[in-house]
Amino acid sequence: MRSLFKREPLVLDDGVAPGEPLIELRDIYKIYVMGDEEVRANDGITLTIRKGEFVAIVGKSGSGKSTLMNIIGALDTPTHGEYILAGEDTSEMTDDELSEVRNNRIGFIFQQYNLLMKLNLLENVELPLLYKGYGKQEREQKAMEALKRVGLDGKWRNTPHQLSGGQQQRVSIARALCAKPSIILADEPTGALDSRTSREVLGLIKELNEEGNTIVMITHDASIAMYSKRVVEIVDGKIVFDGDVNAYADHRKLQDSN
Amino acid sequence: MLMPITESFKIAIRSIRSNKMRSFLTMLGIIIGVAAVIILVSVVNGYMSTILESFTSMGVDRVNVSVSNMSSRSLDPDDMYEFFDERYDLFENMTPSVSVNMPLKNGNETMSETSIGGYSEDYIDIVDYDIQYGRSISYADCEAEQNVAVLGYYTALELFDNADEAVGQCIKIGNNSFTVIGVMERQDEDELEEGGTDDFVWLPYSSAAKMNFSRNISSYILTLRDTDQADEATAAIESFLLEIFKSDDYFNVMANSSLLDEMNEQIAMLSMMLGGIAGISLLVAGVGVMNIMLVSVTERTKEIGIRKALGAKKGVIMQQFVIEAAVTSSLGGVLGIIVGALGTSLVGGAIGINATATFMAVVVSFSVSVGIGLLFGYMPASRAAQLNPIDALRTD
Repeated sequence: MRSLFKREPLVLDDGVAPGEPLIELRDIYKIYVMGDEEVRANDGITLTIRKGEFVAIVGKSGSGKSTLMNIIGALDTPTHGEYILAGEDTSEMTDDELSEVRNNRIGFIFQQYNLLMKLNLLENVELPLLYKGYGKQEREQKAMEALKRVGLDGKWRNTPHQLSGGQQQRVSIARALCAKPSIILADEPTGALDSRTSREVLGLIKELNEEGNTIVMITHDASIAMYSKRVVEIVDGKIVFDGDVNAYADHRKLQDSN
Repeated sequence: MLMPITESFKIAIRSIRSNKMRSFLTMLGIIIGVAAVIILVSVVNGYMSTILESFTSMGVDRVNVSVSNMSSRSLDPDDMYEFFDERYDLFENMTPSVSVNMPLKNGNETMSETSIGGYSEDYIDIVDYDIQYGRSISYADCEAEQNVAVLGYYTALELFDNADEAVGQCIKIGNNSFTVIGVMERQDEDELEEGGTDDFVWLPYSSAAKMNFSRNISSYILTLRDTDQADEATAAIESFLLEIFKSDDYFNVMANSSLLDEMNEQIAMLSMMLGGIAGISLLVAGVGVMNIMLVSVTERTKEIGIRKALGAKKGVIMQQFVIEAAVTSSLGGVLGIIVGALGTSLVGGAIGINATATFMAVVVSFSVSVGIGLLFGYMPASRAAQLNPIDALRTD
């Protein structure tokens, strides 16, 4: 009877047991050379994220959090250091290999949703499955399942234009989910939404975490970080805080009072 | 596992359909290029075959012989006939050709444009005319130097009110009077005019020669049994004439079929030249495709970034853009063929020739257009595939 009421969670079986390390960043440096000047966007970051965690990476603009997100999301490779994702070292991978890692391991949720405006919702959601090489039937079934999870299966024929911002973000969540990635990587997921819709979207992300998904959320907003379980704060390319969300709240209070 | 190519096709077709204006403008270059190639080449071909046809009606199987008779060395018609009889295996018909430069009188007026000539009984077969009234020139007329004449349809109408009344009447050429024995069937269906194909008088060659006060005839027309033997036949006549004249300065033998070969060569050269000019327009169309594809890549940087972020590899992005270019240019090619075929019949109709799109022009222009589409689509496509997903995602 239970299955009637509780949805089957959309979580990938990637061989990593809950609580085991999924993301291992070892002494990551990302250095840009601009003329004579050297900019260290990431300046020796070491971080382990375990399966099932919900981690918020907080930092002001220019702190290096976006660079870190690009590395975690396999969109970029570090200048030095090792990045091991689900047991695979990605630091020396080629462009095509990174594409494959992104396709298999990572579900992106972007601030600007990044949906393809000319495709309908179903076609948008099934894109990662298309690049996995799945057949039409399997794609549509899985994509529909993911749309159902975010409550938009009834609108699958619509194009993103016909949707509100919150709905569009839910479509992008469905897209992130449908290929059952190892991590869901959310980059300022509420950056373009009003506060009520933001709460809805964050609630949904929290639910996905409770179902067993590993979530890494990048944000500049400390109050949004409070939805997570663990907070990593970055200043000038270095980790200055890493701990439980409650401890972070205390840390913030302490800083504010100073 | 790689994405199946059919999916790339679907993506490409969707992208073409969702950007109708842009796709159409891309195709327009190809359409114009392909249509131009087809129209130019086909119309030229049609025009040339019209010329060839009229050339053929002049007789490709004819061999014209002209000699310069002198008092010391001359060609007797009887010797020529003897030669003709000997080489009956090569030649089918022969006629001496004597032009008469005397006025044809019509009452008090002169019909100056009428062509008057003396021929043998074979002439009617050589020009392939049919008799309308009466009879044509006979062997006996030539032998007996009869003062008889066969008229063209126009000439008969001009001289007598009705063409059927001409037979049995007399006409005057210079001071000689000839009895009309026949009227030829009308040749030109469209118009009857002075100096036209229906304005002529045929006389027996012997009578015509007598009027010119000369027994020797300087011009002959022979027809070949087989046009493939033109060279052999020409050589046979030449060696026969060389024996009489001792030098090839005094005669000239010309097979029409060799003229035809020359003409065909020139036609081929001309249509190749025009095809080349039209080909340049196709090339310009290809540059247009490249331009639009480059714009399209820039315009769709974000889309490419999203696709790459979601796991599309270089090859897949490449495929999408190359297929898009290929589909656009082949669609343009097909439309160009349609426009070209229609345009060819339109232009052909306008200038009054029978022109249809030639198979070669269609095949070549289509493959060239698809070829350039692929070639010029490749560069923007590889640029698209190289885009860094981070940079691509950052653009708006």
